[in-house]
Amino acid sequence: MSLEGTGEGSKKMSGLKRGLALFAIGTLIAVPLLAQVAGPDYGEFGIFGMDRRDAVWMAAQLHLLFAAFVLGVPMFAVVIEAIGIFGRQERYDKLAKEFTRLLLVAYSATAIWGAILVFFLSTLYPRFWAYLTAIFAPSMWLYAGMFFLESFTLYLYYYGWDAWKKGVAKKVHWFLGIMLNVWGTIVMFIANGWLTYMMSPPADVTADTAPQTVQLWSAIANATWMPINIHRLLANVVFGGAIVGAYAAYRFLTSESDEERAHYDWMGYTGNFIAIGALIVLPFAGYWLGREIYEFSQQMGITMMGGFMSWLWIIQAFLIGILFLTGNYYLWIGMGRIPGAERFQPYIKWMLLVLVLGVIVWATPNTVIADRDEIAAMGGTHHPFLGVLGVMSAKNTAVNLMILTTFLSFLMYRRANKEPVVSWAKMGTMLQGAAFVVAALVVLFYGIYGYFVSAIIRIGFSVYQVAAVLVTILFVLGIDIAMVRGAKSRGAIRWGQMPDRSQYALLILAVTFTWLMGLMGFARSGIRQHWHVYEVIRDTSEQAFTPALGPAATMISTCVLIFFGLVGMIFWLGGLAEKSVYDDTSAAESGH
Amino acid sequence: MKRLLKQPFWQGAIVVAIAYVVFKYLIGYALPIIGVSSAPVPSSVILQYMLTVFVGVLLYMSAEEGRWGTFQKPIKEAMVSRDQKNLRGVLMVVIPIMVGWLAYQNVKPSFAAPATLRSIHPAPPNEITFRGLPIQLTGLENPLHENGSLEEHLQVGKAIYVKNCVPCHGDLLDGAGHFAQVFNPIPADFTNSGTLPMLTESFVFWRIAKGGPGLPQEGTPWDSAMPAWENILDENEIWSVILFLYDQTGFSPRTWHEEGEEGGEEH
Repeated sequence: MSLEGTGEGSKKMSGLKRGLALFAIGTLIAVPLLAQVAGPDYGEFGIFGMDRRDAVWMAAQLHLLFAAFVLGVPMFAVVIEAIGIFGRQERYDKLAKEFTRLLLVAYSATAIWGAILVFFLSTLYPRFWAYLTAIFAPSMWLYAGMFFLESFTLYLYYYGWDAWKKGVAKKVHWFLGIMLNVWGTIVMFIANGWLTYMMSPPADVTADTAPQTVQLWSAIANATWMPINIHRLLANVVFGGAIVGAYAAYRFLTSESDEERAHYDWMGYTGNFIAIGALIVLPFAGYWLGREIYEFSQQMGITMMGGFMSWLWIIQAFLIGILFLTGNYYLWIGMGRIPGAERFQPYIKWMLLVLVLGVIVWATPNTVIADRDEIAAMGGTHHPFLGVLGVMSAKNTAVNLMILTTFLSFLMYRRANKEPVVSWAKMGTMLQGAAFVVAALVVLFYGIYGYFVSAIIRIGFSVYQVAAVLVTILFVLGIDIAMVRGAKSRGAIRWGQMPDRSQYALLILAVTFTWLMGLMGFARSGIRQHWHVYEVIRDTSEQAFTPALGPAATMISTCVLIFFGLVGMIFWLGGLAEKSVYDDTSAAESGH
Repeated sequence: MKRLLKQPFWQGAIVVAIAYVVFKYLIGYALPIIGVSSAPVPSSVILQYMLTVFVGVLLYMSAEEGRWGTFQKPIKEAMVSRDQKNLRGVLMVVIPIMVGWLAYQNVKPSFAAPATLRSIHPAPPNEITFRGLPIQLTGLENPLHENGSLEEHLQVGKAIYVKNCVPCHGDLLDGAGHFAQVFNPIPADFTNSGTLPMLTESFVFWRIAKGGPGLPQEGTPWDSAMPAWENILDENEIWSVILFLYDQTGFSPRTWHEEGEEGGEEH
């Protein structure tokens, strides 16, 4: 069976994508020049009841979502391809190719939304756009060049997959995958320079500084640039994994044969594994970003964490709670198709209890929404008893215990059909258990001790808690890898024998990740309040106010809906244009 | 009864019911009886907690095929079994009445002010003007730590507190002064660990100097009755009363840098 779309339709599609990419690059080059022309500060917009800020917001959000996807997927596609090459397992090579296939249409969508964003910015915010181009023009040329390289590397990478399949050619192909990541990362770092400059311009830039005199490198390498770069790199992997998982779920649910279901079950598991794995390290990058924001401006930091934006963190906690619950749920259901997993069933309720209590603690607001009577009864907006759960000590403790529990679920899933044969298996398992207990105790100790020390010391405790969890994860995993080497199998995983609701869990994960990105992006951008460039260029338009949570949530949800509408179309096209690679049934039978 | 307890559906229902009793009654009403400071949990928090518990129960029940089948059994029976005709009839009356009652509860006219979302720690400005002169708040320390006798400053602070603050914030600094109950929100309780130790002295200075009228636009309406004391007290008097507040409550203010660190940036 031919696995590729090598027909006329496919050629037309690639031509269209190239055209769109060139169009976007042309726009990037032309518009800064147009923007130099003197005119009004702001342009008018009034389509579908949206104002100029809504238009830019929507275009930026959708561009970012597609961009995150096309930057995230190549990162793990190239790793999976390497597993295929160096581990000599062809099924991984095919999986990497199937991941990459999804990139092609998404790449066009990224370019289209990027072009729309540039058009909106230059026509609706001409003065501000002229200011940005005056500082960043050279980096915009470089951006265009990198975009060009990225596009052609992607086409070579995908369309050359079968042509360069063996020997040195295959290694060159893999190298192309690495270069695709390099170009993509540079593109993202450049764009991050522009947006972080808006948040944290260098200290020597004031309202009176002429933009032509601002040093390009100091503008790019501002206080929040590198934290955002790292945060986004990791988040892109999480997001890419989740969207790939959703694609697999969609294909699983529409499968017509057991082989197809088995393949997409495996693909969905892999996508979810990537997403949750990268999610575990994401909070560290987040902490770093938050710290840099505080360092840059205490006012900005408090607006974000304690002031107006603080409620977003409660919503975030809820959404991350959904991620934890759903991620674990998917693993637990998955254990139903693994022989030997029954022995872990009795533990599930206790792990669920930890997760539910964790979500309850994490989502307990410090300032409670209450009516006048309730406030009077509490003596303020701070609940006298539950108030202790509203502070960081409680929340860090909760989230670290949730991470430990999720790791335990994964470990059980991993061990379910394996029976270690090494002589020290019992001792190893006991050591693993002890490591979990010690980590939980360290997390609890610093969580409780945090209530008795000053805030500045308490902040440092989160590092100890996180370190305890990370070290435990590495230690336990190290033991596990050594222990299951050559282990006896209790039976092969019955890929494909998953109830449909497990696939809806994957879809929920993807939607929740997308929502989270929109919400936290709003927080990051919104803490500038009425500034285009914080304390340098003031927003003097009618939309200078920070939107309240309701309208912001509506806008973000609309973006999420549009994104999934478009992604749904991409998934559909993915199935329409080319056949899947699931024909190798043996691929999906021998475990993960 | 024993048979019922073994049925996952009823197990789940019992867990949800127990959780409701804990959140609604135990925390709010039983804890104060045994001397633990508490208050009824606001409905927004109960909703949030109950939703989490409900989802948790559903996840547990559906995480395993066999359990999920047994869990659904009573629901399916109630909906289609011939034996459950009467139960079905009752449910068809009770459920619409419950939905109607909930809808009525949500739309009936009420005189209560709507629930508000209030930031208790608004972001301070980087700089304020005090009686027309600019003061940089970021990095600002209480100057009285370095000048004069601490004992004297505390005496001055105490006198100012007694004269100006006691009517609202109370003689025990617990926000229960004799005027307190007429304000909503009630005055800050300085003995609560969520207030003074969370704040730098410069933040407290800003709040005392500018009071309710000086609160930022962000997160309005504030409804704070706190006067702007810069019109009545001078700079040193405000710093003295801040020293008194921390001394009296035993809390340490939030600091800009870790103790022993000589300025500079933390990295």
